[in-house]
Amino acid sequence: MEALTAIVIGVLTAAAVYLMLARNFMRFLFGLILLSNAVNLTIFASGRMTKGAPALVPYGEDAPLGMVGNALPQALVLTAIVIGFGLLAFTLALIFEGYRRMDTVDTEEMRFAEPKEDSPK
Amino acid sequence: MNSIIFTAAARLLVALLFVFSLFMLLRGHHLPGGGFIGGLIGAVAFIVYSLACGPAEARLALRITPEVIAMLGLGIALLAGMFSFFLGDPFFTGQWYWVGGDSYETAAFSLNTVLVFDIGVYLVVLGGILSLTYAFEEET
Amino acid sequence: MSWVLVMPIAVPFATAVVAYLARNYPSGRWISLAGSVLSLVASSVLMVAVLGEGVIAAQMSNWNAPFGITLVADYLSAVMVLITAITGLATAIYALGEIPEDTESLGFYALFQVLIAGVTGAFLTGDLFNLYVWFEVMLIASFSLLVIGGGKERLDAGIKYVALNLVSTLVFLSGIGLLYGVTGTLNMADLRGAVADAENQGLMTVIAMMFMVGFGVKAAVFPLFFWLPASYHTPYFAISAVFAGLLTKVGVYALMRMFTLVFVGDIGFTHEILIWVSVLTMFTGVIGAAAQTDFRKILSFHIISQIGYMTLGLALYTPLALMGGVFYLVHHIIVKANLFFVAGLAKQYAGDTDLNRIGGLYKSAPLLAALFIVPAFSLAGFPPLSGFWAKYLIVMAAIELEQWFVAFMSLLVGLLTIFSMTKIWGMAFWKPHPDGIDPTPDRAPVRVTRAMITPIAGLAAMTIVIGFYPEPFVQFAEIAAAQLLDPTQYVTTVLGVQP
Repeated sequence: MEALTAIVIGVLTAAAVYLMLARNFMRFLFGLILLSNAVNLTIFASGRMTKGAPALVPYGEDAPLGMVGNALPQALVLTAIVIGFGLLAFTLALIFEGYRRMDTVDTEEMRFAEPKEDSPK
Repeated sequence: MNSIIFTAAARLLVALLFVFSLFMLLRGHHLPGGGFIGGLIGAVAFIVYSLACGPAEARLALRITPEVIAMLGLGIALLAGMFSFFLGDPFFTGQWYWVGGDSYETAAFSLNTVLVFDIGVYLVVLGGILSLTYAFEEET
Repeated sequence: MSWVLVMPIAVPFATAVVAYLARNYPSGRWISLAGSVLSLVASSVLMVAVLGEGVIAAQMSNWNAPFGITLVADYLSAVMVLITAITGLATAIYALGEIPEDTESLGFYALFQVLIAGVTGAFLTGDLFNLYVWFEVMLIASFSLLVIGGGKERLDAGIKYVALNLVSTLVFLSGIGLLYGVTGTLNMADLRGAVADAENQGLMTVIAMMFMVGFGVKAAVFPLFFWLPASYHTPYFAISAVFAGLLTKVGVYALMRMFTLVFVGDIGFTHEILIWVSVLTMFTGVIGAAAQTDFRKILSFHIISQIGYMTLGLALYTPLALMGGVFYLVHHIIVKANLFFVAGLAKQYAGDTDLNRIGGLYKSAPLLAALFIVPAFSLAGFPPLSGFWAKYLIVMAAIELEQWFVAFMSLLVGLLTIFSMTKIWGMAFWKPHPDGIDPTPDRAPVRVTRAMITPIAGLAAMTIVIGFYPEPFVQFAEIAAAQLLDPTQYVTTVLGVQP
């Protein structure tokens, strides 16, 4: 299971890097989404892959019974997913607004903050 | 979206989703559920409504803007954390009051700051997601 | 005791909520100002507590370390929190003059207060994952503040800033994941022992490098600084001042914390890299600045070059060097924020920030010219201003280690900084205005310029005070450096404290 997860993380990262090298900013964003998923999987895998029940405490008990999965990385991944979701949604909105104003999603053509030396201001 | 089937079904769906979201909110802490997932489901309810009737009407149905809802949620969550100040406990320590008993087993139900915090999270998630999706819907 | 640590974070959050609800009323800005004053009070209380105890820690929600989230303040954290509150207050006053009403009603003050809360949280947390969360709080607020008010330039700059910061965050996050996988803990004090005990020290070095890259992008060190000059010259001046003062310093702070507390297993490798990174950062930053003619672009490149001095203090890793690094951090936040404030007021007078299009400010605004001299010469390291002592400590540390090349480069970069500052002086203040007019702030009422010059004067006064009475500040930095080099008290306070 660990080996499979490692391969998935590797493939996701490779695809992410490929996409992020594109000039088109939408592709960059898709790359970012894949990379964020790869990182989330890394955190999840770092909590070890074990077969276990969800870490829930049954009614009337003080601690979970039997083998339970490691809850901490799950909590970390959940937090990371939520934060990642928020940031990526914000980025999407930003690109959309940028596209409306600048009429391009090509990063080579986005030369408004740093105009070329010879171009008129 | 001008589909009469969807519009008719949306009324039912919105009500169901909203009740389900409140159920998830109240179920939290002891069982899977809580403010975050409840807020997401609640947001889905309003998104379905806005798909059926348009974002303008969905905003009216919400009465206050989603951004204000999110900020109010942040304030409520903060207050839930600050409450333990008055009892001399560290920040965010859960405070529990058992109604009709003195512990988890005997009490009929409990009043606690954990639920208040969850309500805050619910509102933050609801407001945050809706402000994003409404903005996108209105753009297109 | 725990509330002393919580209040500097909770106050800005509460202010953000109230300021957002009042965003459409003029009272919103006064709420923000009052919140900033309260933050300053809360941070001062924290400072007093830390001065008394050395290190204080608090466990959130009664969960003991290393399981729960811990807030810790040692000398370094406390002074960073205090300086954040001071910069926040200065910016809140400055914003009264600069920020137009339509931007206020978009929730400017709420976002600003969330930014301050995020920065403060990052300085106070003792938990690595919590540090990630504070970074994100800070980032999402900074993203919004960068593009607020719209315009092509801001959107363009915002997109680049957002993209590169998100990548660095992901590198940082995967570092956290791997570190947890190896050690099983994320409490920074607990990690010190766990990392030292780990069997595979080679893997630790790899993880350390991931953190170095992640924080390096935030701190804008060579070769990861490219996002900074692409974005810092576009937002409102109040915003670029607070970004210039605080955001990159959070990266430097995180580097200092992690590479003194946790990753000290292979100093010969990691800190040697940091030395060369620092030298290149200093040099490329100052050379980049020499090529610019825009007020804020020059200052942006100078942030990069100054970051090099701070990381150099960490990289040399002696008591004297760390002392210089801490002193430099504090001095630089005050000076750099102030220079951006001056740039904003210069634009109010002369109508532009491009140095070729403005001039004559010395004649029409002598007070502003005098106030520019203080931070500018402090930045360049003129005695007896604060920058001189900061540079002196760093150079002395390099000489002590017989790192002659490093010491030489530090001095050379200081010299080139003077070149840039005199360029600004000559072009913006000394030479006559190219249109042959006397620049006056006729487009702005007196209230505006008054609100803008108050924080400039206040921060300049602080620079002078630190310059003429460096003794207590140097002593403070000495203790902070000693705590960084020997974090025994930090570790025992975090792990041993009973809530």
